[in-house]
Amino acid sequence: MAGKTLYDKLWDAHVVRCDDDGTCLLYIDRHLVHEVTSPQAFEGLRIAGRQPWRRDTVLATPDHNVPTDDRSKGIADPVARIQVETLDANVREFGLTYFPMGDVRQGIVHVVGPEEGGTLPGMTVVCGDSHTSTHGAFGALAHGIGTSEVEHVLATQCLVQKKSKNMLVSVDGHVGPGVTAKDIVLAIIGEIGTAGGTGYAIEFGGEAIRALSMEGRMTVCNMAIEAGARAGMVAVDETTIDYLYGRPYAPKGDQWDQAVASWFNLHSDFDADFDRIVRLDAGRIKPMVTWGTSPEMVVAVDGKVPDPAQEQDAVKATGMRAALKYMGLEANTPITNIPVDVVFIGSCTNARIEDMRAAAAVIKGRRKAANVKQVLVVPGSGLVKQQAEAEGLDKVFIDAGFEWREPGCSMCLAMNADRLQPGERCASTSNRNFEGRQGQGGRTHLVSPAMAAAAAIAGHFVDVREF
Amino acid sequence: MEKLNKVTGIVAPMDRPNVDTDAIIPKQFLKSIKRSGFGPNLFDEWRYLDHGEPGMDNSGRPLNPDFVLNQPRYQGAKILLARDNFGCGSSREHAPWALEDYGFRVIIAPSFADIFFNNCFKNGLLPIKLDGAIVDRLFKETAATEGYQLTVDLAAQTITTPGGEVIPFEVDAFRKHCLLNGLDDIGLTLQHVDEIKAYETRRRQEAPWLF
Ligand code: SF4
Repeated sequence: MAGKTLYDKLWDAHVVRCDDDGTCLLYIDRHLVHEVTSPQAFEGLRIAGRQPWRRDTVLATPDHNVPTDDRSKGIADPVARIQVETLDANVREFGLTYFPMGDVRQGIVHVVGPEEGGTLPGMTVVCGDSHTSTHGAFGALAHGIGTSEVEHVLATQCLVQKKSKNMLVSVDGHVGPGVTAKDIVLAIIGEIGTAGGTGYAIEFGGEAIRALSMEGRMTVCNMAIEAGARAGMVAVDETTIDYLYGRPYAPKGDQWDQAVASWFNLHSDFDADFDRIVRLDAGRIKPMVTWGTSPEMVVAVDGKVPDPAQEQDAVKATGMRAALKYMGLEANTPITNIPVDVVFIGSCTNARIEDMRAAAAVIKGRRKAANVKQVLVVPGSGLVKQQAEAEGLDKVFIDAGFEWREPGCSMCLAMNADRLQPGERCASTSNRNFEGRQGQGGRTHLVSPAMAAAAAIAGHFVDVREF
Repeated sequence: MEKLNKVTGIVAPMDRPNVDTDAIIPKQFLKSIKRSGFGPNLFDEWRYLDHGEPGMDNSGRPLNPDFVLNQPRYQGAKILLARDNFGCGSSREHAPWALEDYGFRVIIAPSFADIFFNNCFKNGLLPIKLDGAIVDRLFKETAATEGYQLTVDLAAQTITTPGGEVIPFEVDAFRKHCLLNGLDDIGLTLQHVDEIKAYETRRRQEAPWLF
């Protein structure tokens, strides 16, 4: 009999029951909650007279709507304010653990969970947000759920699920200097497409993945959803364990030792069967830049905007033309000739301390280009902000003419005041370049933090390897 | 949840792949704390010429005449015909809420994004995956015939065209049962309380740090 994949192990350990057709109840160990997808779920509980099944599994923080500038005035937008206040009231009513605005632990839920040790290997982790795949970096089974499911997990601690298929994406060998986790995952999406992982749980493996820090692994798993997979994951190793040691919600004492012993089993067996295996040569991955309105529309920085005339598939060519029109780009333009108006360094993909360091390292005393109107640097959590300030990174950014902000989702989806104006072009470290994602009519190019910082200095995309 | 069995209705064609949830319901409408009333803002950025914000009176806003749902022939549509990877992007359940509130009950496409697909069933919407060639044909027929209608019979798992052609489709048995009976997932799961508790007891032994 073939061995088990990491996903098989995680799945098997959480099945409460299954029907004959494969519909299972899956037990949930950690439930992360934010203000946007939870109000209707709490409302549902109240209407049905239900209580949360296990309060201790919930961690809540507001992130999508919170202002990232001066917070002393509260939230100006009344609709957003109501949503955050609704979360405040719901966590109070139901007695849940909460990192509200003003708490140093507040931040983007996918940055906060791991930082607090709230995400542990072997857990099932859910959140009403598709980028919950981030937490798979810890050898956990983590995926986004809808609001009905948020209510379902609150009320029953379980999720109705069918098992996905197994996919291994192996990034073999080592990446060159200047190539980061973000470039790896953009290259993967470029390779398999935004629907390539649909129906699969993806395990990311290979030397290049194992060489990544936890921050880097989170960046990769974060964008599993952009590759179509609800869950992405990485096997547990020393890097995972070292990251977790001493975190507030990680186990302590004897339980820590017991946990670590069991966590080392969280990898795919050598003889495990995958339904699909994709291999990438890490040495060939270059810094990547998206040119269109889907994350799969991506090329290396030394490449050109592709030409729909060269595309054989008619449906694809139509999609490319629409994307070029929206993006205001001509086919065959070298990527490095594209100027940027705004730069955004932040989001659950790239707002951890390592991302802040990578961006700051590129600047080296230089200032943003005159044509760049605004550069926002938005740390992922209050603790990331604190750490960055302790290292003096805030000064580096401010001296370069960048804005150093309070933690939240910010311009990743422009639900708060941080947004692009129609036609503005942004180099962004976030994960989605859909039409209007960063503000109506805004044009998003997804890049790594180092590439974003370099574009801010140069005023256009540049190859950070030569910068 | 509203029951769904037989739906006969006008088909509206959404002829582009990768329609994402940001397009289905732009994020400014996610600030609502309610789960109804999203229909007027379905496809807001494509549907109106101005920028929509929550709380606006939508009845007076300038419509984009080029947008498919604004064409007179597709008014009252209950069935949405779509292309590959429909509903990609975020997990927002506001997307199925908006589609349902607008009046859609069925979405037909060659493929759907996973989370969106699941969210549909939980909100009384039936997503049907059909072979790309069949979908292509339905697009052609819809374009060719004004007032083109399909009949979707969930119990029988068939789609009937005006020409009398019967197209079978697959649907998960559990999801079908819930839709046909308008059943809520939580009530169903709570029938298994003993099993959940037994799991917890077992798990507490194996992994006490999780409790
Ligand atoms: S940072 Fe962006 S992608 Fe991440 S949770 Fe916030 S809005 Fe979603």
